[in-house]
Amino acid sequence: MSDVSQASLSPEGTRAETLIEVRDLKKYYGGDGMFADPPVRAVDGVSFDVRRGETLGLVGESGCGKTTLGRTLVQLEHATEGTISFDGTDITRLTGSDLKQWRRNAQVVFQDPQSSLNDRMTVGEIIREPLDVHGWKTPQDRRQRVRELLSSVGLQAEHYYRYPHQFSGGQRQRIGIARALALEPEFVVLDEPVSALDASVQAKILNLLEDLQEEYNLTYLFIAHDLSVVRHICDRVAVMYLGKIMEIGETEDLFQDPANPYTFSLLSAIPEPDPTSDKERITLPGTPPNPRDPPTGCQFSTRCPAKIRPDEFETMEADVWESIEMFREVVRERERLDIGFSGRLKRRLGMFSAFDDIDETINDLFGEDGVPAAIADTIDEASALLKDGYPGEARMVLRDRFDSVCDAKRPDLHSVNENGKLSYCHRHTAEYEDVSTVLGPSSDDA
Amino acid sequence: MTPPIATTSAERDDVLLSVRNLTTVFHTDRETIRAVDGIDIDIRKGETVGLVGESGSGKSVTARSIMGLIEEPGEVLPESSIRFDGRELTEVSPEEYQQIRGSGLGIVFQDPIQSLNPVYTVGNQIKEALRINQGLTGEEATQEAIDLLEAVSIPDATRRLREYPHEFSGGMRQRAMIAMMLACDPELLICDEPTTALDVTIQAQILELLQDLQEERDLAILFITHDMGVIAEISDRVNVMYAGEIVESGTTEDIFAEPKHPYTNGLLEAIPGEHVDEDRLRTIEGEVPTPNEPAASCRFAPRCPKAWEDCENVHPELIETNETGDSHRVACLLYPDDMPQNDAVRHHLVAGEDASESEADPGRDDEPIEQGVSRDE
Repeated sequence: MSDVSQASLSPEGTRAETLIEVRDLKKYYGGDGMFADPPVRAVDGVSFDVRRGETLGLVGESGCGKTTLGRTLVQLEHATEGTISFDGTDITRLTGSDLKQWRRNAQVVFQDPQSSLNDRMTVGEIIREPLDVHGWKTPQDRRQRVRELLSSVGLQAEHYYRYPHQFSGGQRQRIGIARALALEPEFVVLDEPVSALDASVQAKILNLLEDLQEEYNLTYLFIAHDLSVVRHICDRVAVMYLGKIMEIGETEDLFQDPANPYTFSLLSAIPEPDPTSDKERITLPGTPPNPRDPPTGCQFSTRCPAKIRPDEFETMEADVWESIEMFREVVRERERLDIGFSGRLKRRLGMFSAFDDIDETINDLFGEDGVPAAIADTIDEASALLKDGYPGEARMVLRDRFDSVCDAKRPDLHSVNENGKLSYCHRHTAEYEDVSTVLGPSSDDA
Repeated sequence: MTPPIATTSAERDDVLLSVRNLTTVFHTDRETIRAVDGIDIDIRKGETVGLVGESGSGKSVTARSIMGLIEEPGEVLPESSIRFDGRELTEVSPEEYQQIRGSGLGIVFQDPIQSLNPVYTVGNQIKEALRINQGLTGEEATQEAIDLLEAVSIPDATRRLREYPHEFSGGMRQRAMIAMMLACDPELLICDEPTTALDVTIQAQILELLQDLQEERDLAILFITHDMGVIAEISDRVNVMYAGEIVESGTTEDIFAEPKHPYTNGLLEAIPGEHVDEDRLRTIEGEVPTPNEPAASCRFAPRCPKAWEDCENVHPELIETNETGDSHRVACLLYPDDMPQNDAVRHHLVAGEDASESEADPGRDDEPIEQGVSRDE
């Protein structure tokens, strides 16, 4: 990441002022102590800028680290490594009263309006709490402020004395928004603010958020997995996968002309509300890998539809190659299993048998034609090791034979167009075919 | 039960599920809530029928009514008819219903973690379904369970069988649920928001899986969702539901190309991204009302941009608007749109009276055929 220059991260720095500058941010969970499992790499080295007054969207599948990133930006989580400079101050180093003072500037609206409001407090008390905590003006002023907030989020003054359970989901989300705005923050993290709501209620909350942004000059980080919502509300979008930003750029630019294979796949998976659409859908195989054990190379390499193959297999039939990839996935999964003490003992004695069912899986994967002769030796060697109880070694054998640059080396974040769009993929280097040539033309020409 | 439907029409023969005048109410201390209020649905073999609407419109209660899963204080009113594969389900005993659920009807719920038992392995649960419904045990059941997991594209099925639900990812749990349903070898699969809790990439996998299974097994699917995009992708025909009633039904192409009911229009307009050039998202004002008495007006009228006085006083009936081709029915006083407005209102009044008369008719068993949807080839 260090090779990404300042200029390429904020190419239009002159037009919009940078509010938050994130550099090489990491957030790991666990992994402390000598005998601990490897840490969960929730956020694994991301760098980007948030410009003042914009809405930056953060999208990705569940578990990709987008919520952790959002929480780290407002210091609800302590960063493991890297810096977040907010208006020039590195907030990862703030502590005590400085941190509390700074918190006024950054607030969060949470996803679930059912669990993020205290049921035993009245709506007025909930919205007033941040004001109380920070000793804002006099109690009278606070009450006045709460009434103003209620009206600006579209609630009535008489709602002050009601309890959260008396409100619908959409109204509860309005209460959460009023609470977040109480201290007049500059920056608000919206963590899936409309995912729990019905479409028509969703639209109202989105409209409200846009109005408030204009009125109070807010900067939003909008976290969501619903891409159509993101397309509507965001100025720029960052696409995240397994703790890494895969692509970041202007919203329409990214939606109409995705550069990264992951963005391609994600966009093609959105169901079109048009039954006559003949959009070609890329269905990704499997699920994202375990963030405790991310791939050595590109994070997306285990599912990528545009993965670069080793030269030797360039011309191999697609379904055979797919079977190989699936088999590698199975071996990876088996390594994850703890074989236990008795398993280790049996392995010593050469009596290990728990993985003998692998033959059936191989038959299943490669179908009637069986394993092609060209690769049979490698597959046999791996399955023999697996049956003896050494999935780690089996994985190494497969790695030596089938690894390409995507498995072996982390890609760089390349600048892919003049609007400053960045994409994290080996295919942006000159020696490989471009992503759009491999995956076909962009699926969205709206 | 009366003898099986005497019909010679080939078109009728392949209707697997025929729901007529289904009314499910919930009795509370204060009022009776008509969660599903007199709806008709037909599903043919190998067909996917979508049921779409906001939350609170009665979609899930419809699914549970068909599955016979309505319990106190809910009640499926006696004038309802659910005919599945030639049998009238509203008249069978609870034991027989259990039998039918085990062999012909399956349901997949929104949240797979709540539908799976956390203390048994996935294999255990699939094998239980196989034992109860097909009498398979031991090695035979294990082999069948492996085949089922492979049928729903779970790799390394042998090992997965020995794992617990918490070791599965969300998408894989939903696959396991579908595998359990396939163990009953159903003819009709009801999917109640099966992909709502999943990421788009996983949703795409599940939709693809359902389409493949449908092709292989000639499954009929009733697909419930609030996502118009998913509906467009998967269903052949669509029913739009509002406050317990079906307000529009037709082929997916017709509904999306020419939505007739103002509510359907509103639903389609509210999809973000439909009007990229517009700054504001379009919304439908207000919320779904709770239907607590028989409809005497249009329930959508208070939220409808096109409503006028008559909408508050006349209940619109579902009427056919396509004279040729596939059926496209809509319950709105604006239709038939070739009539002057007053005539159209009268048309609905007359249709309403006819319907209530024939409901009182004791020969209602044959009614599904007589009064059924006029569907032209």
